[in-house]
Formats: sequence, C-alpha cells, structure tokens
Amino acid sequence: MIIAVASGKGGTGKTTVSAALASIWKRPVLAVDMDVEEPNLHLFLKPESVRSEAAYLEVPVLDKALCKLCGACAELCQFKAISLMGAHLLIFPDMCHGCGGCMRICPEGALQKGQRELGVVEAGITSEGIPCLTGRLRIGEAMSPPLMGKVRQRMQAMAEQDFRDIIIDAPPGVSCPAMTAVQDADVILLVTEPTPFGLHDLRLAWQAFHPLGKPMGVVINRAGVGDDQVQAFCREKGLPLLTEIPFRRDIAEHYAHGGILTQLDAGMKATFEDLAQRLERMACEGQGVSHA
Amino acid sequence: MTTTPIHTIAITSEGPTLADPVDSRFGRAGGFVIVDLTSMATTYVDNGSSQVLAQGAGIQAAENLVKAGAQVLLTGHVGPKAWTALQATGVKVVQGVENMTVGEAVTKFKAGEFTFSDAPSH
Ligand code: SF4
Ligand code: SF4
Repeated sequence: MIIAVASGKGGTGKTTVSAALASIWKRPVLAVDMDVEEPNLHLFLKPESVRSEAAYLEVPVLDKALCKLCGACAELCQFKAISLMGAHLLIFPDMCHGCGGCMRICPEGALQKGQRELGVVEAGITSEGIPCLTGRLRIGEAMSPPLMGKVRQRMQAMAEQDFRDIIIDAPPGVSCPAMTAVQDADVILLVTEPTPFGLHDLRLAWQAFHPLGKPMGVVINRAGVGDDQVQAFCREKGLPLLTEIPFRRDIAEHYAHGGILTQLDAGMKATFEDLAQRLERMACEGQGVSHA
Repeated sequence: MTTTPIHTIAITSEGPTLADPVDSRFGRAGGFVIVDLTSMATTYVDNGSSQVLAQGAGIQAAENLVKAGAQVLLTGHVGPKAWTALQATGVKVVQGVENMTVGEAVTKFKAGEFTFSDAPSH
C-alpha cells in the first residue's frame, strides 16, 4: 500500500504529516521523500548510516567523424536537445530526457552513450528501524523527474522484497514532479490550511489529482486560524476530511525543532493512528480487497 | 578570414511589418521580420513553432532564423542555448533592441548605432 502526502504549495506541514504518519505506520514501512529539489523529510526522521549513490541519465555524445548530418536525430528529439544548424549538429545534454531514441535511430552509429549526473539517491534507516529513501538533485540540474525515476526504482525494489507499505512525501505544487510522485499512490493525502490561500492551493491540487481517479483525503493543519471555507470545499467535492491538527503553540515549537508530532503527546499519537487506519481503509476500498 | 557583406538581417517582431514593435524576446518572439538590406524588401517568418514548445524555444527559433537565411539578429535578449546555436552558424547578434519599431531598429542598424554582443543574456 502506498500513501502519497501532497499539497498545492510548500509550507503547509506536508512533511510534518508524512513523518508523523511514517512513525506510527504498521511495520514494515518505507519512508520516501520525493521532493528531490529540497528534501527535508530526513530532518524529522533523522535516518542514520545514510548511503549515497550517484545517479546518471544516459545522454548522447556525438562522434563528429561518423556523423553525416542527415538530421534524423534532431528531428526525432522531442525536447530540442539536438539541433541541426546548417552544417553543425549541436547537442544540448542538459536538455536531454534520456529516451535513447536518437542513439537508436542514427544510421551511422555516430551517437554514443554518455552520462549526465542527475544527483544522488540516499538511503538510510531511522533508530526505530524505518528505512528512508530520497534523492538529492545536483545543483544546476534542471529536471527532477529523471532522478525521481531512479528513487522510484529503488523504492519498488525495496518494497517488493517484503511487501512493505510506503509513505511518500511528494514535492509541493501540482507540476510535473508532483504528478510523478503521486502516480504510484493508492491514496493521496492532501495537506492544507484553513485559510483563503490554503483553499486556493487545495483547489489546484484537487484539480490536478482528481483525474487520476485515486482516493483522496484531506488533513487540515493549523486548524482554528482561519475560516471554514476548506471544510465547505471538501463537502462540495466529496473529499473526506480525515484529520485536523490544531494550531497550538506547543505543536508549532515541536516541529520547528524537528520533532515528530506523534512523539509530542498521547493525543497526537492517537490522532495519527486514527488517520493511518482511515487511510488503510480508503486504500482497500479503492482497490477492492487486495490488501485484506 | 573574409567577412561576407551583410545583406540579410532579422528582427524579432510582434507583427509582420516595419511599423510593428520589436519583440524583446527571442525564443518566444511572435515572429521575425527579415529585411534584405539592398532592396529593403521584407518577409515575415512566423515563430509559432517555437512559442508552443515547453523547452528549447530558443533553439527552435534559431533554426527558423537560419533557415530564413538571416546573417544578423536584432533582438532584446538571447539565452545561452540559442546563443550557442546562433554562434555555430555565424549569425551575429545585437541585444538590447526594444521599445522601438522594427523600422526604427533597421534604420539604427544601418546607421551603425548598434554593437554586436559577445555573450548571451543571463
Ligand atoms: S536521448 Fe531522447 S531526449 Fe535525449 S537527445 Fe536523444 S532523442 Fe533527445
Ligand atoms: S542521425 Fe546520426 S548521422 Fe544523422 S545527424 Fe544525427 S548523429 Fe549525424
């Protein structure tokens, strides 16, 4: 079972919720931070003995001596990573998405396999035995989906071994990386705030994720600060409101110091245990009985 | 190295004529007015094929420009990738051309008021 925790923008407490959920989820569970541009789940879960491995994308390298300037590769590339400019074939490796098409199509074998470093994939384990996985995008690397793909491969390999459940902390927003992160989820958990901004971002998230046809639920963070527009929106769209985390000074301070909410007090722990149960039920209902 | 005399210049433009305003963008420009400096005849190259691209608009625009036979480009600013592409084919670039009509830009170019850039913007 895979739960993706998402939000229409950053700063809603998405990572706090992911960490708390992972901490009380029935074992074995794997915590995955898919926000490879700015991973921060580790700040809460504090994995130890982290192993870091460089990840690469296969990009074409031109052997000028073999190229006949036929232009087939440039025409094939959807991403303008290859351009035939007059009598020059130009390759822009940082724009390549690694589909490999150009290398296969070249009739002269003039395009060889090269590499672009995407960043690193990091894996560690918390003192409570929860494995943590993330990617960290290389500075200057413009695309996160290829590195997210590498994290996903590792995630699937780890989950296959023992059918462990997965909590994914998705990148904020509703653009390509966020969509990539929720694709495997059985349930999408949206974290928002009860303010006009929160509502705006929740609506964007709902619009982006709704077409995927996955069960979705909402957690309101800092409940009590704003109005009840978010609740009204949830009712209107039939989005179950699963939990409200109250706006309390001790809670804010606890997570400002990197604390996991479930360790704050028994009430918080019960809140998240209840949330976990509801999510499990939603996942089972969403896909029949395969997770009995 | 001999320098070929410049006879064809291109100006990024919001419309097809000399009276239209210069478009300061290159990759996402509306189009290019191509001017033959000897006859002063103009043609218009639509750049819609670049505008729709999610990435690589500048490279596509450079391809469009080279196909049109331009030797010089007058525009607001050119990004690094389009710059590389234009350099490869020897197209000379003037940046900082904005807030004027295409016709005014051509006049200023002919009067020698512009200097060619030696680096892309940002
Ligand atoms: S591998 Fe694919 S994306 Fe990369 S340059 Fe070749 S065709 Fe383009
Ligand atoms: S397909 Fe091969 S031969 Fe043709 S332009 Fe590309 S690299 Fe050169």
